[in-house]
Amino acid sequence: MSPDAPDVVEEQPPALTEQAEEILSRLRTALGDGIVDDGGAYGGLILRVRRDAWLPAAEAGKGAGECDYLSFISAIDWMPAPALADEGSGDTSNPVQPRETTYGVTGSEGRFQVFAHLESTQRQRWGVTLKVDVDENDPRLPSWVGVYPGADWHERETWEMYGVVFDGHPSLRHLYLPHEFEGNPLRKDYPLLAREVKPWPGLVDVEPMLGDAADAAADADEASAE
Amino acid sequence: MTTTPPRELPEFDVDSTIYKHLADSQMNVELDTGDMILNIGPQHPATHGTLRLVVRLDGERVIAADPIIGYMHRGYEKLTEFRTYPQITTLINRIDWLSSFANEVPFIAGAELLMGIEAPPRALWIRTALTELSRIATFLLFLGEMGLQVGAITPAFYGFRDREYVLNLIEASTGGRFHPNFNRIGGIKDDLPWGWIADTRECMAKVLESCDTFEDLVVGNPIFEQRTRSIGIIPAELGAGYGVSGSNLRASGVDWDLRRDGNPHLPYDQLDWKVWTHPDGDSFARYWVRLQETRESARMVLQLIDGLPSGPIMAKVPRIIKVPAGEVWVNTENPLGEMGYYIVSKGATGPFRVKIRSASFSNVSILPWLLRGVYVPDVITILASLYFILGDIDR
Repeated sequence: MSPDAPDVVEEQPPALTEQAEEILSRLRTALGDGIVDDGGAYGGLILRVRRDAWLPAAEAGKGAGECDYLSFISAIDWMPAPALADEGSGDTSNPVQPRETTYGVTGSEGRFQVFAHLESTQRQRWGVTLKVDVDENDPRLPSWVGVYPGADWHERETWEMYGVVFDGHPSLRHLYLPHEFEGNPLRKDYPLLAREVKPWPGLVDVEPMLGDAADAAADADEASAE
Repeated sequence: MTTTPPRELPEFDVDSTIYKHLADSQMNVELDTGDMILNIGPQHPATHGTLRLVVRLDGERVIAADPIIGYMHRGYEKLTEFRTYPQITTLINRIDWLSSFANEVPFIAGAELLMGIEAPPRALWIRTALTELSRIATFLLFLGEMGLQVGAITPAFYGFRDREYVLNLIEASTGGRFHPNFNRIGGIKDDLPWGWIADTRECMAKVLESCDTFEDLVVGNPIFEQRTRSIGIIPAELGAGYGVSGSNLRASGVDWDLRRDGNPHLPYDQLDWKVWTHPDGDSFARYWVRLQETRESARMVLQLIDGLPSGPIMAKVPRIIKVPAGEVWVNTENPLGEMGYYIVSKGATGPFRVKIRSASFSNVSILPWLLRGVYVPDVITILASLYFILGDIDR
């Protein structure tokens, strides 16, 4: 990072690669104001499109963008992760996520965002990540099955895990979970049931062994030396 | 010369309709049969785990197939949100359990990109060598097992035997045959043990020899050819639309390999190797491509151990790993296809969201299209030639 970089590190998008610039200019021509924002992550192109431009984005990605390969479709829930019961214990084996709501590269309007990655099998290092905001109360998007047949299973998974409905999907039914399953497990407010039953043992569950006291003393010495 | 008169039908027939059909010039009027629904799996040797396939049959012919997955769904995407980065490598080892080492590499590469850490060259070369070794181990199992699915038992023994040599090498360097958990953010856990390079050279000679054996035993075998040629053809464009990747797509003539065409996370550009493709796209092509790739990987391992740079194996990494906020998409060429992680970090010790893109998931999603119209015995060869691991589908 150059020394004259601005203070806010997260909002500093790394430069796009040559290929990513080329895709960006092609998709800009094809989609026009359908693109809300563009950004880069480590050379890769990330585009956020308007909701009504989601299906045209796939068509443009396949046509003008020359991305014939669908890598994946999935979603992100930007709601901050709920606090865990044992967060105050100082146990570093338990990740503590920040409480404030932040959105990643190219931002988001609300809680749910669907994103997909397209690539080209004919070119080198040629790909684009597309993002779209969906309505929190009525998450609904047009299906990509007509453009990329592989979208079928990815959309079923996204529907099952996040509750995003894909209009025009031939059979939106459960993929991984039993058909009577209720809820959307990858939403942040869906608890990890194993943790609800028993908190993560982390460091506290380890039974002390012979010589542990001496090891702890050595660790403390090492830490103070640093 | 007199023409023979039409054959008289027997008067007393029990099966008079059948005789009428036989005598009729329209012999190919299809007999009226009801559809039958057949469950293949969840436990079937061709499925490497628990994949259930519900097929609707008209006689011997499949008219619709619906794969039911999720028997091994372990919810890794949810679990990653509750774990720290070093803990997650333990989980993702279990996605594709035949090539666990190759699963770790893209995730670690993504975390390194976000943290701005560069692993030293020696670590990258050892990573590449172990990735290629796990590719060889995975493919050797395939080369043997594919023979088994068409009724040849001998190749399976060769495959398992030679795979064991390779697994011994992986165990000698990482400590684990299947789940090495050997990658660290910033490098690898340990250096190679004494004598490993000589052992590897010896083992690669065995692997190359065994590839010749497979070529003689299986590829040139007329029965194998009849069972696999023009069976289960994946058109290149459709395969790409379904997200089919790796050797399966290269067997359809698509010259696309992320080791060469993707972002360079491992030093493949410093090796002399080639990407193999086959124009046919059938089960035979998939076998043939994997056989050539096994050879190519063995040659790559030999180059890697010859040119192994010296130096440290770990970069300087903070004691508690906190990954700065950001997003990164990293994909690499796993033995089964494109393996990728979309990591969203918010600056904590664990990721906020990890999307795991596994190869087999997309490779298998083409099955409803691919199995339409094939015969039941060909279902098994198609399943075997696609070569998927259930953990890689269900995550």
